[in-house]
Amino acid sequence: MAAEGQQHPLKIYFVIWGLLFVFSAASYFTDFLPHNAFRQGLILLFMALKAGFIVAIFMHMAWERKALIWAILGPPVVLLVLIGLMAVEGDYTELKRLDFFSKPLVPSGHEAGHEAEAAR
Amino acid sequence: MAQEAVHAGDAQQPAWETIVTDWSSDKQTFRVPWGKAMMWIFLLSDTFIFTCFLTGYMNVRMSTTVPWPNPSEVFGLDVFGVSVPLLLIGIMTFDLITSSGTMALAVNFGYRRDRGRAAALMFLTAGFGAIFVGMQAFEWTKLITQEGVRPWGNPMGASQFGATFFMITGFHGLHVSAGVVYLSIVAMKVLRGDYEKKGYEIVEIAGLYWHFVDLVWVFIFAFFYLW
Repeated sequence: MAAEGQQHPLKIYFVIWGLLFVFSAASYFTDFLPHNAFRQGLILLFMALKAGFIVAIFMHMAWERKALIWAILGPPVVLLVLIGLMAVEGDYTELKRLDFFSKPLVPSGHEAGHEAEAAR
Repeated sequence: MAQEAVHAGDAQQPAWETIVTDWSSDKQTFRVPWGKAMMWIFLLSDTFIFTCFLTGYMNVRMSTTVPWPNPSEVFGLDVFGVSVPLLLIGIMTFDLITSSGTMALAVNFGYRRDRGRAAALMFLTAGFGAIFVGMQAFEWTKLITQEGVRPWGNPMGASQFGATFFMITGFHGLHVSAGVVYLSIVAMKVLRGDYEKKGYEIVEIAGLYWHFVDLVWVFIFAFFYLW
């Protein structure tokens, strides 16, 4: 029993190792592309491929039972909600900052002056 | 014996039913050594921590009205007068990928009860980890002393750059440092023959932690350095 565990032919580790080097090199070279959606897509693609191979092969997730796979890989899905909410929030904060930072600290003009006076 | 029977019945059982069978009827859910299940659950919690950090970084980077410093230039190195973008970070990435490969081999040799090779590969992995931390120390020193980056500001742009950079890479560097210590201790015990009776799952468990550290770097590299 003790000798059992995740045992696989060495070849698969060398193949994945090689692939990880290729994907790392590829993601490094995205840095020479102009900043646009294509570059961002490539960054995400190579990131996902690297992460997938590390989890599936090096961490042996591909050979585990579904009870463990779902228990570990399921919960992080809720993080997408957090990321989505914070993206919306960040966008909103930026718009508000652009709006308020572009206005003078003490409002000028007749109407605004009265309002500032009243606020004091 | 009963578990073997359930195992054998898997072929007829649809995937969904194996999950229900494993999670129900008051028995052990994960058919892996308990240490491995616990390591996975720890790594799950760590996933949440790092995602919170990266999400916080996304939020401040999106919301700042000041231009974000260009990581490609900030982390570039001059090689014989030629400026190569992100050079050090690229080397650090390859260093970690290399260490992940040696770790995977160590797990394999552990299960084959080849103590010497397993321990040697683990020490090698820890060595690559130590090199990584060394390069990170160099990176931080350059950033602080030459570029003038501080957690509260920097000369290149948005002040949130320093805060998120030091927090995220610092926390990751802490994980690498802890991994170097953890791997060295386990490797020493492997070499001494402490696990001859218990079996070599411990090498796989330590390996899970190490691969996770590499995994986190994949995301940091994509979102902080390349984006």
